[in-house]
Amino acid sequence: MRQDFDFNISGKTLTLNISGDFISYDNEELKLRLYSAAEDDKVRQLIVNANQLGQWDSTLAIIIFELKKIALKNQKTFELRNFPQNFERLINLAFSVDRKPVQPDTSSGGFLENVGIWGTKLVAGVHKGFNFIKASGNSFFRSIVGRSFMRGIDLSFALEDCTYKALPIVSLISFMVGLILAFVGAVQLKTFGAQIYVASLVTIGMTRIMGAIMTGIIMAGRTGASYAATIGTMQVNEEVDALKTMGVDPMDFLVSPRMIALIITMPLLTMWSDFMGMLGGGFVGVTMLGIPFQKYWELSIDAISLDNFLVGIFHGLVFGVVIAICGCYYGIFCGRNADSVGSATTKAVVSAIVWMIVMTGIITVCCEVLDI
Amino acid sequence: MSTEVQIEAKNLTIGYGDYILMKDLNFSINKGDIFIIMGGSGCGKSSLLRVLTGLVQPLKGSVFVDGANFTSASPTAKDKIMQKNGILYQSGALFSSMTLGENIAMPLQLYTKYPTSQIKELVSLKLALVGLAGFEDYYPSEISGGMKKRAGLARALALDPEIVYFDEPSAGLDPVSSKLLDDLILDINHSLGTTIVIVTHELSSIFAVGNNSIFLDGASKSILARGNPNDLLHNPPNDTIFEFLTRGEGKNAQKTE
Ligand SMILES: Nc1ncnc2c1ncn2[C@@H]1O[C@H](COP(=O)(O)OP(=O)(O)OP(=O)(O)O)[C@@H](O)[C@H]1O
Ligand SMILES: [Mg+2]
Repeated sequence: MRQDFDFNISGKTLTLNISGDFISYDNEELKLRLYSAAEDDKVRQLIVNANQLGQWDSTLAIIIFELKKIALKNQKTFELRNFPQNFERLINLAFSVDRKPVQPDTSSGGFLENVGIWGTKLVAGVHKGFNFIKASGNSFFRSIVGRSFMRGIDLSFALEDCTYKALPIVSLISFMVGLILAFVGAVQLKTFGAQIYVASLVTIGMTRIMGAIMTGIIMAGRTGASYAATIGTMQVNEEVDALKTMGVDPMDFLVSPRMIALIITMPLLTMWSDFMGMLGGGFVGVTMLGIPFQKYWELSIDAISLDNFLVGIFHGLVFGVVIAICGCYYGIFCGRNADSVGSATTKAVVSAIVWMIVMTGIITVCCEVLDI
Repeated sequence: MSTEVQIEAKNLTIGYGDYILMKDLNFSINKGDIFIIMGGSGCGKSSLLRVLTGLVQPLKGSVFVDGANFTSASPTAKDKIMQKNGILYQSGALFSSMTLGENIAMPLQLYTKYPTSQIKELVSLKLALVGLAGFEDYYPSEISGGMKKRAGLARALALDPEIVYFDEPSAGLDPVSSKLLDDLILDINHSLGTTIVIVTHELSSIFAVGNNSIFLDGASKSILARGNPNDLLHNPPNDTIFEFLTRGEGKNAQKTE
């Protein structure tokens, strides 16, 4: 059947005539003209006339729905003529529950207002973060002296996750980074005939900072993300609520074991990463520069200074705390749907990496001042 | 039945930030009651339950449990009161990293000094009570939604609580399981004298188990009616409640009469 859709205005009355099949109607332009005509103040009455309406779908329903909204808003009379009963019922259904969404109003105000809102949010966020750090610190010390709800088994699971399960990836990446450092260094140093210094370059680079940073980034992506996802899912499943109402502090139960695990393992992983990086450098030394491995290794060991080594380990320790706090923070403050678990995970990783870089800067400046 | 008041809400205003859900609620729940909290979707029933169980602070007013102010209690006093509560969450809220047995043992390990063997016996008793005998070693991911709920109830009952809170116990259950859960609620209430607070929309449950109730109204942010649900049905104080309790069919039924 031919589809027909047109309207005319006579006096105060707008009449819309519809006939034929009305499936997937998409003449936006005509619809917009209809709406603006209907909004006109001179029009006081809207009549929709169905003439042998065949099949119809929601594309027709939205037009009637919009028209009726316009009519209600501007107190015009609205009338449906010759429509099938089920269609009228559908439209009435759409208007039967007049419940506005009960969400707080999020309309944006002027520029100054937005700056104000943003500022208050920032202050609140800093406050929240600070409180979380304080609470996790408290819980950490309670756990250390054995006066918290932390279960040994949770700690051992967390430890397992950041030790041998993390070793392969940490080893691989660190080896590659050592190799890259050595390769880039070798190309440059060769021009001065100073390729023998590749060993010390790699060793100092890895022990002082690269070992810790690479381990930190891997662990942020691996462990920090999994902390946020696990705790976030527990939040969604009301498990965190269940803990609280059992009188168990989620800090003790969820955060402490994870934090302790990272504080113990990050320095160890950093050491391992240093070692693997030096091996990676050795690979380049032997294959590309023709230095015997024994010789290369001696040079490397000679280049280790206690200061650099300890600063590197200290970085690892700090990164461990940063990763644990970021992961757990975003997990605990995760919203209550699956979507928010995803965004919590992302935020945990990104913020962990940002804060690691910030901490590196701070530590570097402190070392400079202390002349280490 | 005794009429000793167990839970009392005084001028309770609940909401989030500037966003007020309910204003100045006053009601009391007697010991041994099965108390129903009903109301339209999104009006703040779950939020009220969170306030009653101490998860969220009210914006104003206080909750008294056995005469003690729960809202302004010190953390240790609060923990004491919380131990009187068993809560069944909508999803069961079992700890997914633990087996059912470990889940139910957890509150026992936390708050009792029972030897391990006794805890084990208690766990198998509680599981048997909810019809899950022998499921100790299953993980929550290995059982169905209805079973999770029952296991959650077993955990809620672990410490023989004085009050058990339920958030939509029958949501997502088939009619038979839902009926079984209702029977279980009645059994617990009769045999142990436990006070029971239920948030639910399920009309059959409301009439089957409830002996007192409040009806929350989102529009006026207040209690629209209170009392025994069966009395409310026969003597509805206003249309909204009548419609709710008759699934909106009441009006039509009257018209055709
Ligand atoms: N943490 C929160 N922060 C802000 N608003 C919230 C929060 N939790 C719930 N709300 C809002 O409070 C309102 C009431 O939510 P609540 O879960 O209490 O409703 P309900 O009565 O239990 O509904 P239902 O019957 O659908 O479960 C909702 O509009 C919801 O958007
Ligand atoms: Mg709810």
